[in-house]
Amino acid sequence: MNDRTHVDLKKGLAQMLKRGVIMDVVNPEQARIAEQAGAIAVMALERVPADIRADGKVARMSDPGMIKGIMAAVTIPVMAKIRIGHFVEAQVLESLGVDYIDESEVLTPADNEFHVDKSGFKVPFVCGATCLGEALRRVNEGAAMIRTKGEAGTGNVVEAVRHWRKITGEIAALRDMDERALSAAAREMRVPLELVVAVRDAGKLPVVNFAAGGIATPADAAMMMQMGCDGVFVGSGIFKSENPAAVARAIVEAVMHFDDPAVIARVSENLGNAMEGQEISSIETNYAERGW
Amino acid sequence: MQWKGRKFLLLKRIMQSAVGKKIGVLGLQGSIREHVAALRACGATVVEVLTAADLERVCGLIIPGGESTTISKLMRRAGLFDEVRARALNGMPVWGTCAGMILLAQGGESEMEPLALMDLEVERNAYGRQVDSFQESVLLELTEEVLFPAVFIRAPKVSRVGEGVKVLAKCGDSPIMCRQGNLLATSFHPELTDDRRVHEYFIQMCNG
Repeated sequence: MNDRTHVDLKKGLAQMLKRGVIMDVVNPEQARIAEQAGAIAVMALERVPADIRADGKVARMSDPGMIKGIMAAVTIPVMAKIRIGHFVEAQVLESLGVDYIDESEVLTPADNEFHVDKSGFKVPFVCGATCLGEALRRVNEGAAMIRTKGEAGTGNVVEAVRHWRKITGEIAALRDMDERALSAAAREMRVPLELVVAVRDAGKLPVVNFAAGGIATPADAAMMMQMGCDGVFVGSGIFKSENPAAVARAIVEAVMHFDDPAVIARVSENLGNAMEGQEISSIETNYAERGW
Repeated sequence: MQWKGRKFLLLKRIMQSAVGKKIGVLGLQGSIREHVAALRACGATVVEVLTAADLERVCGLIIPGGESTTISKLMRRAGLFDEVRARALNGMPVWGTCAGMILLAQGGESEMEPLALMDLEVERNAYGRQVDSFQESVLLELTEEVLFPAVFIRAPKVSRVGEGVKVLAKCGDSPIMCRQGNLLATSFHPELTDDRRVHEYFIQMCNG
């Protein structure tokens, strides 16, 4: 075989998800509502982040039977979450045939030192990041897609915005660095120099990046898109709102027409109450601080 | 008044021919940027098509990879579904990759509403889930026969080919590239590779 190019299939699926909305769902019925609304993929989990937060107990990978039920209910890709570093949960999800694994800070971490070595898996991974170093460490471990961590389950977009600005700001700063400064940056971020140079040259991360963590309204979603994200995850924001089907559909349209305020205005009309939000200063556990 | 209108049309036509033909990429969802970059690398002028007005400016359209259920719904909501169908029936070249192939084919099972422009039937995700995605070198019958790195991601499988449809490539027993007059469908993703030969072929279809 004499291929002119070789494509990373794991990154390839993420490229197909762009300008899409990935929705958290806890049962087949919600999965069908999400698919009907135009979701590009669903994240199957037992409880949405807002409930995990309220619950306060150890949160783990969901019941495989429940994930299989959701996989059977829809034809769009199905993602599921594992605890940070829990490589056996990852093996289990891979054996189920889920399309993407989210190594997620929303669940209780299983390893305080190492994330999963994702390069050994055939199934692609998405990981959260709060800064460029964290994003590149995950990419270096084999993540095929990056999302902001934000602060899941709060309905407050401020942390997602902060993380995205930090990542893009740090990428922009690479442009003015000479070889010595780049080496120092690579050492500080604990990633290979070639990876940092590649990011500098491309002016962006080498994988698709989505916004996540606190996105609750069509305008939140469109703001993250205008800031340059490739798509959005909406966790608790849909099924914790008064009218999930309408909110789901409105967010899909807001992402599609993210730079058209008239469309965002139209789809935001009469959606009922959005999920109740929380001030970041009032929460007990900052999920974004999990992972390293 | 009438003359003014005609003069305007004339000017518009001259301007259009001066800037050359534009090729559209359906810009609702999926691998939009990759197709736009590939077409530009071939020297084409590209428009991202989000509205019916955008569609009027193009002489050919690519429906990118993505999720066919999502793209079909979004085409309806954007008022593009019937417009694209009408233009294609009128002879505008349309090329669908992966999800785009599903949209061009006839509908089978699901709730997904296809454009049903080609005499083809496909099974969605028939090659399996993401872990079953693969890349393979295949022979394509373009203007000449070429070896091409075909990338399959949750790809549709062609289950029936109608009489007027020409199969341009196969992988195993299954057709993976089909042409029916002005319509072209591939179950793989040329936009994910650096190989531009299928894009060049489609540009020729638009110019021809």
